[in-house]
Amino acid sequence: MDIGTIDRIIDKHNGEASALIQILLEIQSENKWLPKSALTRVSEKLAVPMSQIQHITTFYKTFSLVPKGRHEVHVCMGTACHVRGAERILDAVEEATGVQPGETDPDLNFSVETVNCLGCCALGPVMVVDGEYHGNVSPAETAEVLKSCACEDAYAKA
Amino acid sequence: MPRLNAPADLEAVRQEILDSRNSARPGLTLCSGSACHATGSGKVSAAITEELEKQGLAAEVDFRRTGCHGFCEQGPIVVIYPEGTCYLKVKPDDIADIISETIKEKRVVERLLYVDPNSGKKEALEEEIPFYKYQQRLILGSNLKIDPKNLDDYLAVGGYQALVKTLFEMTPEQVVGEVKEAKLRGRGGAGFPSGMKWDFARQAPGEQKYVVVNCDEGDPGAYMDRSLMEGNPFAVLEGLMIGAYAIGASEGYVYVRQEYPLAVNNLEIAIRAAEEAGLLGSDILGSGFDFSVKVHRGAGAFICGEETSLLRSLEGKPGEPTSRPPFPAIKGLWGKPTNINNVETWTNIPLIINRGAAFFNSIGTEGSKGTKIFSLVGKVNNTGLVEVPMGASLRDIIFKIGGGVPGGKRFKAVQTGGPSGGCIPEHLLDTKVDFDELTRAGAMMGSGGMIVMDEDTCLVDLARYFLGFLSDESCGKCTPCREGIRQMLKILTDITKGLGREDDIDRLLELAEATRGASLCALGKTAPNPVLSTLRYFREEYQAHIREKRCPSLSCKALIAFQIDPVKCKGCGACLRQCPAAAITGEKKQVHLILQEKCTKCGACLEACPTAFGAVRKVSGEPVLEEVAEEV
Repeated sequence: MDIGTIDRIIDKHNGEASALIQILLEIQSENKWLPKSALTRVSEKLAVPMSQIQHITTFYKTFSLVPKGRHEVHVCMGTACHVRGAERILDAVEEATGVQPGETDPDLNFSVETVNCLGCCALGPVMVVDGEYHGNVSPAETAEVLKSCACEDAYAKA
Repeated sequence: MPRLNAPADLEAVRQEILDSRNSARPGLTLCSGSACHATGSGKVSAAITEELEKQGLAAEVDFRRTGCHGFCEQGPIVVIYPEGTCYLKVKPDDIADIISETIKEKRVVERLLYVDPNSGKKEALEEEIPFYKYQQRLILGSNLKIDPKNLDDYLAVGGYQALVKTLFEMTPEQVVGEVKEAKLRGRGGAGFPSGMKWDFARQAPGEQKYVVVNCDEGDPGAYMDRSLMEGNPFAVLEGLMIGAYAIGASEGYVYVRQEYPLAVNNLEIAIRAAEEAGLLGSDILGSGFDFSVKVHRGAGAFICGEETSLLRSLEGKPGEPTSRPPFPAIKGLWGKPTNINNVETWTNIPLIINRGAAFFNSIGTEGSKGTKIFSLVGKVNNTGLVEVPMGASLRDIIFKIGGGVPGGKRFKAVQTGGPSGGCIPEHLLDTKVDFDELTRAGAMMGSGGMIVMDEDTCLVDLARYFLGFLSDESCGKCTPCREGIRQMLKILTDITKGLGREDDIDRLLELAEATRGASLCALGKTAPNPVLSTLRYFREEYQAHIREKRCPSLSCKALIAFQIDPVKCKGCGACLRQCPAAAITGEKKQVHLILQEKCTKCGACLEACPTAFGAVRKVSGEPVLEEVAEEV
């Protein structure tokens, strides 16, 4: 990630140390994860010790210190989804991608995350793939959605 | 909009807006909340714009993309005015018919109407659908009428009247007095009297004070704050400004959960519009009152819904709670007096100021006034947001409004209050829902999540689920919470796996007591609730798991098995083809068998088996067939 972009984000928040979380969120949304070089830059510009940045980035779930896959899969594990079979959806996602929640495969195809509630409880169980919501999904539909992602990639490569 | 410098300017603009609107004109609203977005409201919106253009009606029909209507399972929802005809699960292909039939010819498109799942009766008008009919939507009502991105719409429904009244006719003391008299209690969970909280902050010494909106709605299964913030951000801001004036604050913060991007987006648009109109900033409407507001996005931490953690997070620090006292009203954000309330609480404020404390007091029960929004979810027919007066019975909410449990299943329990709440069994369905009654029943109001469970939900597993959630979300600062939850979770996991021991229930009770008594913040103090309430009402389920290694709801994976009834199996091969684990054997026309050691218990065979045969069964606590060799 280039330093110019990071500086621009920091300047937008007037370089205030109290905006640390907001700055990290914006860097992550631009870059999908937080590389060490970016954190070092933030630490220098805001005069916040690296230890504190580490504390923040490991405390809040949103932040990722490792690269993310091309496709980000979020499975909602909220109560409403839980009683409607979210566990089975997660099993199907693991089966289809070979990735455990919180992990990314070595080829950076898929990152799988569980979330505690997306607030779309009426649609449960819900899975979000690359920002697109799939409500009332069955394990079979889950596998299909993920298969079509993998197909797109194969098509793009060819 | 030009900058408004006095209340007269505001009224002039409002009058202009109302004059330009003709209530007899055809109108079409489309729900554009997060849930409807997920079901394709974006594409429907594009189709509406295109079709209005095509049929030459673009200038004659008011098309409005509103916030959440609350009937989320049936989205995207289109309502046609002035009649109020309501169409559900609308697809882009339906739009041509809606416009040519309903708008042009005033005929109803039958196929898109609500059908009562129990009686099969169709309803054309929104207000006649039982889901809406039995609600009292004082807070949510505006969501159906306004485009959250349009300040004009908010003014058209009387927006900012309460602010004007506050700034020009009331002293801060009077505002606090009014909220106290209304007996408004915080909607975020604890139910603390808001007026008292405001008074503490107002009387706390200090020049700089803050007001904060808590929109870190972390309780899984609750989403009313998201809908309010997405659908009516101006009302939240108006409430916040009234609070700021009352306690003497000039700066406010809105803390929004990171998982709610649309709420952040709509809120930011609202703030900009209010700033341009002079409804935020310095010398608002010429009153001399200055107020500015900033949006802070959370970063994924449940604990930040707890007020002291939220304030630490606003300061850019890890969201770990601090002990109270000192309360935020005395020492809050950056050590200054701070008043923090939940989204729904703030949204009640303009209502109280406009209609008066006496009106607000006339709704609800002795100890809980006004209405409350619940998110009615789980195993219920009409899933969505329900606003009812405090004191409505659980039975009315779940059966009258919610339409009961789908699929002919039996109601088992309702879980209220999120992870800190509890389960209420069938025999207490007539409980009147308010802060005190729910607590008496061993649950709590919490933020208003109401998760309905049927006979298929295992309550031991549900307790395990909540403890798993809380163990994940405990910040780890204090030992009783961190370790207490972890140990309870370990015991519960063992029980659901069939590894429970006879003394487990006693150990759970002991751990619950210690965690409840010794934790630093509300997360730990209430963490044992899911265990205690399920033990109180469903102890026999725990015992079945522990003693008989049996899950009565046929839900705990380790304790169930799938098997094929050799008498009913016709050897059609449907299950065999669907089985992802290749765990089913059997020739065509021969009785099939599930190989238990290969079976992953996914249930695909149960779904695949034709209903006419019904040969696949889920069993628990009984012997499973190991071989068959009969011919059909």
